Amino acid sequence: MARLTINGVVREVDAEPDTPLLWVIREQAGLTGTKYGCGIAQCGACTVHIDGAAVRSCSVPLSAVEPGQKIVTIEGLAPGGDHPVQRAWAQLDVPQCGFCQPGMIMASAALLAQNPRPSDAEIRAEITNICRCGTYNRVLAGIKLAAEGGQSGRG
Amino acid sequence: MTGDTHSARPTRRAWITGAAAAAGCFSLGFHVPFAPARGETLGAAPAAPEVNAWVVVRPDETVVIRIARSEMGQGTLTGLAQLVAEELGCDWSRVTTEYPTPGQNLARKRVWGDFSTGGSRGMRDSHEYVRKGGAAARTMLVAAAAKGWGVPPAACQVERGVITHAASGRSTTFGAVAAEAAKLEPPGDVVLKDPRDWTIAGKPLKRLDTLAKLDGSQIYGLDLTLPGMLNAAIRDCPVTGGTVKSFDAAAVSGLPGVKRVLQVGDSAVAVVADTFWRAKTALDALPITWDEGPNAAVSSASIAATLREGLDAPDAFVGNKAGDVEGALKGAAKVVEAVYGVPFQNHATMEPMNATAVWTPERCEVWTPTQNGEAALAATADAAGLPATRCEVYKIHLGGGFGRRGATHDWVRQVVLIAREMPGTPIKLIWTREEDMTHGRYHPVTQCRLRAALDADGNLTGLHMRISGQSILASIAPQRMVNGRDPVTFQGLNPSGPEAAIGYTIPNLLIDHAMRNPHIIPGFWRGVNLNPNAIYLECFLDELAHAAGQDPLDFRLKLMGAHPKHRAVLEAVADRIGWRTQPPEGVQRGLCQTMGFGSYVAGAAEVSVSESGALKIHRIVAATDPGHAVNPQQIDAQIAGSFVYGLSAALYGACTVKDGRIEQTNFDTYPVMRMDAMPAVEAIIMPSGGFWGGVGEPTIAVAAPAVLNAVFAATGKRVRQLPLRDTDLRRA
Repeated sequence: MARLTINGVVREVDAEPDTPLLWVIREQAGLTGTKYGCGIAQCGACTVHIDGAAVRSCSVPLSAVEPGQKIVTIEGLAPGGDHPVQRAWAQLDVPQCGFCQPGMIMASAALLAQNPRPSDAEIRAEITNICRCGTYNRVLAGIKLAAEGGQSGRG
Repeated sequence: MTGDTHSARPTRRAWITGAAAAAGCFSLGFHVPFAPARGETLGAAPAAPEVNAWVVVRPDETVVIRIARSEMGQGTLTGLAQLVAEELGCDWSRVTTEYPTPGQNLARKRVWGDFSTGGSRGMRDSHEYVRKGGAAARTMLVAAAAKGWGVPPAACQVERGVITHAASGRSTTFGAVAAEAAKLEPPGDVVLKDPRDWTIAGKPLKRLDTLAKLDGSQIYGLDLTLPGMLNAAIRDCPVTGGTVKSFDAAAVSGLPGVKRVLQVGDSAVAVVADTFWRAKTALDALPITWDEGPNAAVSSASIAATLREGLDAPDAFVGNKAGDVEGALKGAAKVVEAVYGVPFQNHATMEPMNATAVWTPERCEVWTPTQNGEAALAATADAAGLPATRCEVYKIHLGGGFGRRGATHDWVRQVVLIAREMPGTPIKLIWTREEDMTHGRYHPVTQCRLRAALDADGNLTGLHMRISGQSILASIAPQRMVNGRDPVTFQGLNPSGPEAAIGYTIPNLLIDHAMRNPHIIPGFWRGVNLNPNAIYLECFLDELAHAAGQDPLDFRLKLMGAHPKHRAVLEAVADRIGWRTQPPEGVQRGLCQTMGFGSYVAGAAEVSVSESGALKIHRIVAATDPGHAVNPQQIDAQIAGSFVYGLSAALYGACTVKDGRIEQTNFDTYPVMRMDAMPAVEAIIMPSGGFWGGVGEPTIAVAAPAVLNAVFAATGKRVRQLPLRDTDLRRA
């Protein structure tokens, strides 16, 4: 049994130590907003925050998560889904199929928490998540809109 | 918006109970926590009778519009709802949607028409009957109100779900009269609005399915959970055509969580465990011996050799013929020749293939993201060994489709075969990315030899375009072949027609196809054959313009006098990008046009290439004439996305074959476009009316040639074999 703090809730999880955090979040904690896309940290669909930093959870074994580290998933990013990034996404109708968007949003929120006013070049360099529908230009516009909102990410 | 996206947690129980009782079957009675988009399963709502098959109005004035096509990101859910709502005259902020099931469509004699969602057909094939559905429902609602008041229906007005009889000052609402309306005879015929009078359709409204995609609450097939469900991981023979020889189940059956190790069909082995991760872990450890079958020696090189032979083969299917090409070539002042080629591409949907099934001897049910619920039902019934009337498919929101989830349902067949071995237990099958990448339904591989005759003035007098390579239909839809010929092969090159006609008049023309079918299974990959055909023709026309010493736009326009719609989109992108003006320092331009899926599209690109050969795409302009634009905001999103899909393939994508198997296994070896390479995209949406074209696919075809022609302008190098990354663009 390992003990994890996910979205402020302490949970006991029964999984082998080499189980990726992604699958612990999805299958043991039942939080399916965090997606499986590649399993090798390429696509970013599994992005969560660990102590505020964006992490690709498919490549973090359960054993590497320290007790006391705070894990935040898309479900816990903001109460009522009203994080500035989520509000900007709604305003610009960013998602198409939407499967990559929880990861996009988590990566974007972490970027803004570190760098509240990123330049276009910084956004392009930092947001490396894959979207096959091709929402990149609206993602970029969404990050800038969220930044203009003046509130950096949290969680 | 009504905001019930998050709170809606309907179950299918209400419907399944009734249907099961009627059919004399059992009901599994699961409470299924999913809300596809803003959609709902039928019967889940408080009992409000349907006005007709398309429209339910609840007493609280919520208008439920039924959507037969699948939402996979392209916006069809919103667009189709706009068309129904427009004719219904309801309050758009009260609209929600639901999917009828394929089983219900079967039981009701296909009252919702075709469920298949591909070929950019959502709007163009169903606009008329969904609008009539909305109009008929409005007519019945008005008739119910008028009957209650004892006034003629024609004396009543409808505005945002409110029915008014001005003469008497009375008014009521859709919700108040819906139950009475449902009892009335449907009207024999209805008159549809002139699109010029639209107030909901044709407007850039926001999507109905956005909010649940922002907080993790949107349920995809991957996320489904049923009580008592087990998870399966699968490995199919890496070589198509191979089979399972043996596997050592005992080696993994003691691993944590493992419940079953079993063969699936002739060619696959699955592990069923309590969690997916444990199933996958055990499968990775499972010793499997394959009989790789007759294709184990095939390679990309051997396939290319077969296609090269087809370039010169005497026999070929003719797609377009005019005049005497050989005569024109013999009499030419100049003959230009080139060979182009495109590789296999994987759809690489972000959500890997998956499905959940429960099977008993009496009934089989499947939950899956599918572009064609009816085809999924047929696959389910076939694999289940049950009649379709004892099966059901519940469509779940797709994490990308792009054609992979429509024509074949190989993953559905697999999950049903697994579930048959464990009666009564729900089984969720998830493919790993590696399984998905190596068992796709690939964009077909083709080569093309083009030979052109130019006269002394540089006019194009003859063109022979020989396509050699794979037919999609021959492999996965042979019933659609026409006398052995695959008409889809000629997409965008047809002599005429409303679907995919060539935009040039060339006096002596021959376009033919030498079919050569490798064992790798092809599929409808977003844009289909329009993509390579546009690359071949539009890049080669660029070559011809240069060979003739003419401007590439002028060279094309001379051939387009009889093709005003093709010409209009091409001129639109040329104007917007400033074709007649000098580009910025170090930047070069390319352009192209084509027609497919009923729409006219053109693209123009501005690129630069560094001394070291690095390509940067600065700007894209794209024009589309789809006849009618149901939601310009969604079309804009489809156009921008089309460049990501088209350029991912053109710049980076190739699935290569070695030892009979696909070599690429994940996004590290099958790279796709990311934000750092994404250009600005300016969309010109110019609906000219009078026809209905699609928007999800056609623009993809102009992405590559626009950029490749600009790359030539920048470097003097022709990229004729894709992807571009295999060509060294460094300055000599």
